[in-house]
Amino acid sequence: MAKTIVPIGPYHPLQEEPEFFSLMVEGERVVDIDVQIGYNHRGIEKISEMKNFDQSTFAVERICGICSTSHPFAYTRAVEDIIQAEVPLRAQYIRTIIAEGERVHSHLLWLGLAGHFLGYNTVFMWAWKLREEILDVMEILSGNRNNYAMFKPGGVRRDIKAEDIPVVLKKLDSIVPTLTMIKKAVMDDPVLQARTKNVGVLTKEKAIDYCALGPTARSSGIAIDVRKDSPYEAYDKVEWDMIVLKNGDVFDKVVLRILETFESIRILRQCLKNLPGGKIDMQITDIPPGEGIGTHEAPRGESFHYVLSDGTNRPARHKIRAPTFMNMPTYKATVVGETISDAAIILAAIDPCYCCTERMAVRDTKGKMLYNGEGLVKLSQEKTEKIREKLGRC
Amino acid sequence: MSDILYLIIYGFVVTALVGFLASWFERKITARLQYRVGPPLLQPVYDIVKLLGKETLVPFGVSKATFLSAPLLGLASVALVSTLLWVNTLNPGKTFIGDLVVVLYLLTIPSMSMMIGGFASRNPLASLGASREMKLILSYELPFLLAVFVPVIKGGFSIKLGELLSFQAQNGVFGGGASGVLAFVVAILCVQAKIGFVPFDVAEAETEISGGLLIEYSGSSLAIFKVMKNMLLCTLPLFLIVIFFGGLRFDGINALYSLLKYIGILFLIIVIKNTNPRVRIDHAVRFFWGPVMVLAILAVVLAFKGL
Repeated sequence: MAKTIVPIGPYHPLQEEPEFFSLMVEGERVVDIDVQIGYNHRGIEKISEMKNFDQSTFAVERICGICSTSHPFAYTRAVEDIIQAEVPLRAQYIRTIIAEGERVHSHLLWLGLAGHFLGYNTVFMWAWKLREEILDVMEILSGNRNNYAMFKPGGVRRDIKAEDIPVVLKKLDSIVPTLTMIKKAVMDDPVLQARTKNVGVLTKEKAIDYCALGPTARSSGIAIDVRKDSPYEAYDKVEWDMIVLKNGDVFDKVVLRILETFESIRILRQCLKNLPGGKIDMQITDIPPGEGIGTHEAPRGESFHYVLSDGTNRPARHKIRAPTFMNMPTYKATVVGETISDAAIILAAIDPCYCCTERMAVRDTKGKMLYNGEGLVKLSQEKTEKIREKLGRC
Repeated sequence: MSDILYLIIYGFVVTALVGFLASWFERKITARLQYRVGPPLLQPVYDIVKLLGKETLVPFGVSKATFLSAPLLGLASVALVSTLLWVNTLNPGKTFIGDLVVVLYLLTIPSMSMMIGGFASRNPLASLGASREMKLILSYELPFLLAVFVPVIKGGFSIKLGELLSFQAQNGVFGGGASGVLAFVVAILCVQAKIGFVPFDVAEAETEISGGLLIEYSGSSLAIFKVMKNMLLCTLPLFLIVIFFGGLRFDGINALYSLLKYIGILFLIIVIKNTNPRVRIDHAVRFFWGPVMVLAILAVVLAFKGL
């Protein structure tokens, strides 16, 4: 049978962001895929190098609109890693609260979108209505619905008021029954099960081969979560379970995210109830030369930041790796052999976030590629070496 | 002369107006189910008027005649089938032998016209949508015929719509007995697929194939398809009412019953639409040839036994 190319993107109702997937299909079956990125590159790493350490927090907050706290979280941890600083306990709890609140709204947003991709717009609207509640919570806590601007190297910018805590706890209590109802509606729906069970299976072996992260890996039976593996902030001071499922199909990814939402609410409640007193900022004045690594378990997986300081008030090098960068290649393992109808939901199941992942692509005006990924990595390594030589180390 | 008037006034104008109203009703109920406000009453009309004012683009290298006549074919067939149904509703005496068969034929043409348009537009996604529509027709058409066969059996093997109506007026509606209920369930599922609503909107599947069949249509040709779809929202429930629930009558209290019948069926379609995700095309085929087919055959057997 003749192969046809069915495009997903660069502009497609499925995706909020420009990204180009060519599906090579025979009839309705996908036999191969090709991915092209680079439509939305904003040069955040370079921007960050031109700002001072405090300003960079805001720059990285704008990498992603959904996991907007994950990047500042990982970044501030990287900066604190340079000076080996221990953040005040109260700030640690506040950071955890903001990060988990974000996970709840991110997972609910994804759940809604997954419903939309399956043509189930009722779930879409219900999940997003529920998400409004948690956005209200975030607004009470930080003053913003998204892009909370709570983080700074050495602590947090705003304190949580004692009188807000009962209001927030009450709001969280009101979320749980609706969430339970949605969980039942999603997990017991026979048509939904037919659409998602054994669809787009990512086996444990493949997940390891592709270095999958976060919910994508956990639904394939890999117990990997930065919050448990190397606990930071308040994650080892509260009780919660890492959810790990076995099958790795779309259904497990849905269930995993719903169950994680409950765990996040559990963490939120404990943090809010046990919020310790004290300072919220350790007042870092300068960053000595050195390099630091910061990680945070974003809603989509491990977010990784590397910051190199040369003793000035700006990062000399700032390297960011968002979780989707590791999860997106698994699409090839999951979609080949499936039908076009399922291609959309399989892609959506990794909860892709392209603006986080975006890498530069260099093309001439005719569309010919001048540098491929390897060429660009080589360029980047050469530049890092040059900076290292200039700083006179290793 | 009066036949032409029937075609223009009832077949087209009344059907389109009821269709717009039904389309608004559908969107409003959907919105309310999803905690949204929903559109104003005239929104379906605004949509069509806006589309009529837009440029009609024809893709490069496409047979213009086929591409542009496909929507007209669909619209014409819906207008014609609506005329037949209205004529029989208003005046059962004007029926002719085999008009039920004509109605069944004409009801497949809207899907056919969309398929023709989809294949003509030379877009891989449209072709994919068209091939899905084709598979869908192959799967739902037989159960639909069997479901329609039940009233025919119960009505003394008459294939005249008018006679079926007068039979129901004397002996009670066909939808009342066990076979009638089963046949109605089968028929409403097939109608869902005929209108192209979730869970059977595979041919258009916005998030999978970006609108599928209709992807290359724009301006007035798209407007005609939209009008056709809105009219189907009037025609198909009307057809179900005629063959299962004794048609519409407008004298006294019966007018209220007629309204309730129509809104009830429309509401059922909307609820099915909003409580299901989209099925995959192979699931749809298996669903119609499997459980729905069994139900349809059961209904026919029961009808033969006189239940």
